[in-house]
Amino acid sequence: MFRMRTALAIAVIAVVASAALGAGHDYDRDLRGSVKIDGSSTVYPITEAVAEEFAKVCPRVRVTVGISGTGGGMKRFTVGETDISDASRPIKEKERKIAAENGIEFIEIPVAYDGISIVVNKSNTWVDQLSVDDLRKIFLDGSPVTTWRDVRADWPNVPISIYAPGTDSGTFDYFKDVVAGKTGAIRSDMSVSEDDNVLVRGVAGDRGGIGFFGCAYYFENKDKLRAIPIVNPETRRAVAPTPETIENGRYAPFSRPLFIYVSRKSAERPEVQALVKFYFEYGPELAEEVGYVRLPEIISLRAMVNFNDRMTGTQFLTMDGEKIHGPLLKIYRKLPVSVALGQ
Amino acid sequence: MTAPSGLVRRGNTQRALKNHVFKWFCGLCAAISVVVLGILLTSLVMQGWEHLDWDFLRSAPSRKPKIAGIGPAMWGTIWICAACAIAALPLGVATAIFLEEYKPVKPPLRRLHSFLQLNISNLAGVPSIVYGILGLTAFVQMFGMIGNLNDPALTVGTPEDWYYFQLPFGRGVLAGGLTLMLVVLPIVIVSSQESLRAVPGSLREGALACGATRWQMVWRMTLPAAVPGIMTGSILAMSRAIGEAAPILVIAGIVFIRFTPHHLMDEFTAMPLQIYDWAGRPQEEFHKVAATGILVLLTILLAFNAFAVLIRQKFQRPLQ
Repeated sequence: MFRMRTALAIAVIAVVASAALGAGHDYDRDLRGSVKIDGSSTVYPITEAVAEEFAKVCPRVRVTVGISGTGGGMKRFTVGETDISDASRPIKEKERKIAAENGIEFIEIPVAYDGISIVVNKSNTWVDQLSVDDLRKIFLDGSPVTTWRDVRADWPNVPISIYAPGTDSGTFDYFKDVVAGKTGAIRSDMSVSEDDNVLVRGVAGDRGGIGFFGCAYYFENKDKLRAIPIVNPETRRAVAPTPETIENGRYAPFSRPLFIYVSRKSAERPEVQALVKFYFEYGPELAEEVGYVRLPEIISLRAMVNFNDRMTGTQFLTMDGEKIHGPLLKIYRKLPVSVALGQ
Repeated sequence: MTAPSGLVRRGNTQRALKNHVFKWFCGLCAAISVVVLGILLTSLVMQGWEHLDWDFLRSAPSRKPKIAGIGPAMWGTIWICAACAIAALPLGVATAIFLEEYKPVKPPLRRLHSFLQLNISNLAGVPSIVYGILGLTAFVQMFGMIGNLNDPALTVGTPEDWYYFQLPFGRGVLAGGLTLMLVVLPIVIVSSQESLRAVPGSLREGALACGATRWQMVWRMTLPAAVPGIMTGSILAMSRAIGEAAPILVIAGIVFIRFTPHHLMDEFTAMPLQIYDWAGRPQEEFHKVAATGILVLLTILLAFNAFAVLIRQKFQRPLQ
């Protein structure tokens, strides 16, 4: 049922979006050439979907999408081996320097949000919010916590059972990075499934159950589960995952923007232009289809203006190479750094 | 003194028992491997059967398991294996002939000869990932000595042409094929040497005695006699090449590709990589697609072997 609804929604949005953006369907079917993309495995599903759909409008353009990880993709991108780099984090100062040394200018385009929902059973009324420290108690390897009472003394003595995505998944990696850090480990006595449906059913049928997966999946199953508000480590306020809180960055630390970086030199080629245009046009709904949260339109429009004006550089680094933190909406009000520098 | 007859009888019973136990032990070992293979094949067929149809062979990979196909990966495998065979077989057989038929007599050359021999035998045992890294530096980048991938030192034609060629090779079919060549070359050489060695010395002596040159002897006597053995070794080597994932992974990476290569510099993906990608996806449905991919890979492998066995049969003539 949800598929039909999503498909309908996608169709409506596609029509609205193409009308709003004035992009239309003016793709040149005889366009030739090749586009090389590499990078993050988290962004891969979106880019893969875009490449697959793009092949229907421009069948002669040969698009390749690799998975080398954000860092590996950047290594190839900053020496000019690839046209577009998928990244699940903004470019680093080190990578920007290498790119500059090799004369590679790039245009930064945020494409979607990646968020994780932490969910419990509907009949679990005691958990009002969780902090990252609470999650560490529950999920870390070697933690003595086995019941909800062990987490907080006034919670009932119900055993905790954990439902988690497979350790191969990007969701698991991301969750592990936040909760356990680079060196820690997540406990192994969990029910693990690669199929998010199994996780939903598991938590829905287990009073003491807790699980986590991509936000998109929670939004589809709101009636079966309850998502726990997570305490934002900076504001110390608990925030529930909604498309709004993920968009404005308040749902932290379990949401992050995903990017593609387009080489300016490659952007001169018509096939790359066509693909990026297609990415703007259909990226949001394809991102939702594969389980991510779409960007607010204002950011997409901003990125599109950046691309059309060939405004190179990143919005996430200061001129001195310091990282800029904060929600995407705030960051994307300013000009990219290299433009500010007058490069 | 004990009665020798009694001793002999008891010894006989023991020996017969040992013989019996050993026979059953060997039979059991053989049965275990066959049963494991049987279980593997059955589970593969059961999982992979539903996706196996003509469309699976033709269509490109997709994010939707229902319409995902193995077309580009299959053609990629065919391209790199063809490149590998064309490069490895002549090189390997010629090396084997040199090492077997042109054995030097002078001491320093003999030492060089045995040094070569030792190294080739050792190379056969090197893990294939090492060849992948070697191929990456030697073929993909050519040690960075002649241009780089963005600015090749030499290009012939444009990427649109079927004869497009560039130096360095880049992450293309040719680099992949030559890397596979590195993997299989020691196997081809060693097995060709074995079969050349199995040709009776009298044939060589006879040919030489009739006044044949070494070239005539090799080309008309020893090589034809050794062809069945060389073919067997080459089949095994090529089977290994088809299934190799590690060196190809280093050269090509896991890539989403919807097209088949059309020149030797074109990017590609191979069946083992595609299967690896599918098997690692979270959706259960893709694991079935991976099983289907394995079925196709096995079928190609068997067809390949059958073809080579046919050739072998055709060439096999009794030595007169």
